Amino acid sequence: MTIKPILSVKNLSVTFPDNNGGLDALGELSFEIRPREFICFLGPSGSGKTTLLRALAGLVQPSTGSVNFMYHHHEPKIGMVFQQSNLMPWRTVMENIQLSMELDGAGEVKAQNKAREMVKLMGLKGFENSFPRDLSGGMAQRVAIARALIHDPDLLLLDEPFASLDALTRERMWTELSNIWQEKKKTVVMVTHSINESLFLADRVMVLTKRPGRIKMDVEVDLPRPRPDDIRYTSHFGKLAKKLRAAIE
Amino acid sequence: MKPKTLQSLSRWLGILSILLAIPLWYLVVQISGLPKFILPSPVDVWTRFLKALQDGSLLYHAGITLVEILLGLVAGVSFATIVGYAVAKSRPLEIALSPYLVASQAIPIVAIAPLLVIWLGDGILSKLVICALIVFFPVLVNTVVGVRAVPPALYDLMRSLRATRWQILFKLELPASLPVLLGGLRIGATLSVIGAIVGELVDAEQGLGFLLQLGDFQYDTSMVFVAVFMLIALALSLYGVVTLLEKKFLKWQK
Ligand SMILES: Nc1ncnc2c1ncn2[C@@H]1O[C@H](COP(=O)(O)OP(=O)(O)OP(=O)(O)O)[C@@H](O)[C@H]1O
Ligand SMILES: [Mg+2]
Repeated sequence: MTIKPILSVKNLSVTFPDNNGGLDALGELSFEIRPREFICFLGPSGSGKTTLLRALAGLVQPSTGSVNFMYHHHEPKIGMVFQQSNLMPWRTVMENIQLSMELDGAGEVKAQNKAREMVKLMGLKGFENSFPRDLSGGMAQRVAIARALIHDPDLLLLDEPFASLDALTRERMWTELSNIWQEKKKTVVMVTHSINESLFLADRVMVLTKRPGRIKMDVEVDLPRPRPDDIRYTSHFGKLAKKLRAAIE
Repeated sequence: MKPKTLQSLSRWLGILSILLAIPLWYLVVQISGLPKFILPSPVDVWTRFLKALQDGSLLYHAGITLVEILLGLVAGVSFATIVGYAVAKSRPLEIALSPYLVASQAIPIVAIAPLLVIWLGDGILSKLVICALIVFFPVLVNTVVGVRAVPPALYDLMRSLRATRWQILFKLELPASLPVLLGGLRIGATLSVIGAIVGELVDAEQGLGFLLQLGDFQYDTSMVFVAVFMLIALALSLYGVVTLLEKKFLKWQK
């Protein structure tokens, strides 16, 4: 069975200008993403993972190749969670979460109701009117996730969203994200450093090489869903993890 | 001690030190025996103040000066913010304008004030322009600094949400640079008072500077003091307004 991809990346490379001939962050990579797929990218630091997400979001121009969305009627709506929480310090938690709805011109009441929903979902109750300076790193990141989800994006781009969380909260967030993804059926591209994280969440894991990043390995994660906590002790999980670890330089 | 009580204590200390200066001033006048036209006593100044208040002249002239200051401030700040934004956004424009900007900063305003009065007349217009000019540069610099300091990552966020140019301006650049912009306004507010007075001292038929010069010519030194105190009051009020704006709009900062 072949499902038509919604996103296809062809021979994508990104070169940043520098003083000696340019710095190649991404070198000629190609892949396709099917609708509602959850993809994880793994790779050593500096392999161009953030650059790849930025290229998918249209924030950097490809030097060669292309990023194509297979939508016929509209530009894809994008929800992006950055490596740092990247909140607007002058906005309260609620106001930060509502940003994208505001930009879309949604009514205030609608935006607020939606934001309240997100506050509940992300466990931020009681902090609606706090400013980012009063939030812990983990809370700020949860606000950033809420902000990325609120306008029902077609494509969710996550750049190490849980890196700043403690182990317990992180694992809770895995479950949350997994639930949200199953419920809303979004297409997700997530960058992470954690093999466990990628195996708990993803349908497919791709490993990037050292800079300039190319795809070194593309693995289907054929673990059953939902994936309970103790799935990590199964032999199949162990085998996949070992394979990925070997691929990461 | 709690910071709150410390804060109110220091405020009271400030008021106390001002209140103490008045008897001290009185004492100096008494002991030195200087004539009234050289150093009037606080009582003389107060009496002169009440008189000028009653005959309406003080409020009239203060009103004229305030109008000059406010119009000059609005003109200078608006123009400086627009030019500053353009300079911050466009490198070629910055290069093209920077010789003028540096030169405008190097010319002392006192030196060109007489020229402006010759060209624009001795009415409100010339003072307004002097105010605007003196305010222009610091506000411009703050605008450039403020707009350049907007975190690039927040531009990424806005662009990932396909924000329009206007949305980026009003929902990102303006609020993000507001602290620095208000800092510029604070400097501008103080400078515009100086601008108005410089203009009025060159040549004017009305305004606190005119009153000041009139007092000077007529050896009515108490009047000079009244005018000076009135100017201080104007400058402090403007400063207070900017502080209120900061309290209102910068709650998120600590
Ligand atoms: N805007 C830019 N201008 C110039 N060079 C850049 C820019 N953005 C990234 N780079 C360079 O491109 C390379 C890849 O960076 P990128 O941030 O994509 O890596 P990463 O895989 O996300 O790393 P990490 O895991 O540390 O987050 C790095 O060498 C980086 O210095
Ligand atoms: Mg990165």
